[in-house]
Amino acid sequence: MTTKNEKIKNSPKEAIEMSGSEAMVRSLVAEGVDTIFGYPGGAIMPIYDALYDFGHAVKHVLVRHEQGAVHAAQGYARVSGKVGVCFATSGPGATNLITGIADAMIDSTPIVCITGQVTSGLLGTDAFQESDVIGISMPVTKWNYQITSADEIPDAIAKAFYIASTGRPGPVLLDITKDAQFAKLNFAYKKCTRIRSYVPEFPTNKVHLKNAADLINSAKKPYLLFGQGILLSGAEKELRHFIEKTGIPAASTLLGISALDSDHPLNMGMLGMHGNYAPNIKTNECDVLIAIGMRFDDRVTGNIKTYAKQAKVIHIEIDPAEIDKNIKTEVAILGDAKHTLRLLTTLVEERQHTDWVNEFLQARQKEEEKVIIKDLHPTKLGLTMGEVVRLSTNLTGNMAVVVTDVGQNQMAAARYARFNQSRSWVTSGGLGTMGFGLPAAIGAKFGSPEKEVILFVGDGGIQMTIQELGTIAQEKLPVKIVILNNDFLGMVRQWQELFFEKRYSFTEITSPNFVKLADAYGIPAAVVSERKDLEPAMKAMIAAKGPYLLEVKIEQEDNIFPMIPAGATVSNCLLGSDEL
Amino acid sequence: MKQEYIISAYSENHIGLLNRITIIFTRRKVNIESLTVSESALAGISKFTIVVNEEKEKVVNIVRQIEKQIEVLKAFYHTNDEMIFQEIALYKVPTQALMESDQIEKMIRLHNARILEITKEYTVIEKTGHKEETQALFNGLNQFGVLQFIRSGRIAITRSPIERLSEFLRERDSLFAKMEAKIK
Repeated sequence: MTTKNEKIKNSPKEAIEMSGSEAMVRSLVAEGVDTIFGYPGGAIMPIYDALYDFGHAVKHVLVRHEQGAVHAAQGYARVSGKVGVCFATSGPGATNLITGIADAMIDSTPIVCITGQVTSGLLGTDAFQESDVIGISMPVTKWNYQITSADEIPDAIAKAFYIASTGRPGPVLLDITKDAQFAKLNFAYKKCTRIRSYVPEFPTNKVHLKNAADLINSAKKPYLLFGQGILLSGAEKELRHFIEKTGIPAASTLLGISALDSDHPLNMGMLGMHGNYAPNIKTNECDVLIAIGMRFDDRVTGNIKTYAKQAKVIHIEIDPAEIDKNIKTEVAILGDAKHTLRLLTTLVEERQHTDWVNEFLQARQKEEEKVIIKDLHPTKLGLTMGEVVRLSTNLTGNMAVVVTDVGQNQMAAARYARFNQSRSWVTSGGLGTMGFGLPAAIGAKFGSPEKEVILFVGDGGIQMTIQELGTIAQEKLPVKIVILNNDFLGMVRQWQELFFEKRYSFTEITSPNFVKLADAYGIPAAVVSERKDLEPAMKAMIAAKGPYLLEVKIEQEDNIFPMIPAGATVSNCLLGSDEL
Repeated sequence: MKQEYIISAYSENHIGLLNRITIIFTRRKVNIESLTVSESALAGISKFTIVVNEEKEKVVNIVRQIEKQIEVLKAFYHTNDEMIFQEIALYKVPTQALMESDQIEKMIRLHNARILEITKEYTVIEKTGHKEETQALFNGLNQFGVLQFIRSGRIAITRSPIERLSEFLRERDSLFAKMEAKIK
């Protein structure tokens, strides 16, 4: 072993004979992988056997269910900007990954999933734990490939990492038959830098760039929307320079949060169904709409027939398939956000749109009076999600990585958490995957160990992947879990209240005693239900050196406002149920 | 407005790619009227010819999604009048019917069809043409009882003088060269 290691170190170019499994692990190390989330099983045992010798180079985290592995890989990728990696065995192991892969696909998260597969001779025979994971994962992967011979391993891994991380990132799945893991090959690793049929990003079209600059320079009421593309291309600084030079107010999508400091004077907040009031209504009042690294999801646009019809739309986007898909553009600039913004900033004139920005601030004031003050400084007895979230963000100086599950807890966190650092917001956007939060928080902590990681999760969502408390306990991982417990599946209940005549069909949910449960795992925990206890409890949680679970009993039937009802126009952004 | 479009896609010859392409249609509930896959003029590159009856907007969206697949080099869409296209049909009729009158023989001459094989029991006739033409012959022959009938997927070629793919591959090579030069 040592001699072989030395040999590899001394002459990396020289091919060395080894098993497919070892080649797999060495390829991952060559790609800079330091953390793998996974779960062993029959068809991936040779790879796990090879991994046994690589403890010095790679940390393997044993999850409690494969869905936990893939969400953790997503959380890791989102905070670190690196490719997240997970392992699963064939059959049920592989199929358990699918939800997370679909989530990563729709949220453009770079992950590489490696699944074991039955021996190639048994493919298609309904062998034990055989499932057609290539077929099953095809619609939800950016690329997938089945390796049936050991020789293919280094190239397949190189391609997988190249595809997952370049262009519009996404999930890649490699399925490896057991015989390919055992077989020998002459190993030499070379990174992939080009695939003939794949152009990760197109060079900037100078004419389009000029047209966009002209539109921006002549605009009276320009407005900028940014999405996760800013984070994915590392364009945070470029975005700030651009809006500061042009004086253009900006708003983010759910996934664009943390790309621009929350308290930046031109950051108007979040778009979308439960986004802020001003960003939504001003969409239908601007004259030029600049959209960067976002895809006009229906939760952002509401009814597209009445979306920004008065505005000329400029779309800066890396994925050609997104151009004109939902919203017709006046000018589309294909390419990476960072590069494009850098070029565009040189072409735009210095401006201040004081009156226009003031209009946003006036609209914000309206939301402040009708919604925010009630959420953050409630006069009623029951605790609100908003005050819990804002307290945690205040106590951490806006420096924590905030992870959420899906539903009311997610929207409260998106609205009331504040951010001073990019890549400090992890949530399931496009797929809206309940159960995402707890495992994603595990991945986020491994991806940013130096930061405080706080998870906001509902009593419904935590019970979908609650088994991952075991992973946290085993790793003694200092993740801070805040359960916002209202004894309801809150978001569905809210819709039932507003649109289904309060017929609460199967949305009341009972929970275990979370404190006792945490205790069973050896995780310190506390529960609060009164306002006076919240701050000390939250401080104790943040002060904890290891993992900590804080259950907060909140008002049972609170609603998230503002709200744009499904299919309504963005102008119809309601500030309360009285406006319905 | 729905109309017939011919989608042509050039790709690397990889296992599973056909599936990746067809699910793009399935997901949008678009029916594939006909599908042909074969090697193109360039070795190792496959050509998909897919006929759909759809609205233009949807076709544009589908073509972009096809092109987004890692192993697809390029995809185009055309209306019928922008392309020259053909289908082939095979008909099996009882030889007895051919013997009893000269009507089938006349039909074969009229439709520019030809006979591929004659046995005591059956005769196999071949006809190339557009769907309406192969259908017209079917309707004629069926008076005598067509025993078996099969029509191929469409194959199509553009009216432009060169293969658009070679032009495209040249452009792509220079694009990669330019981008790599920038990195260095």
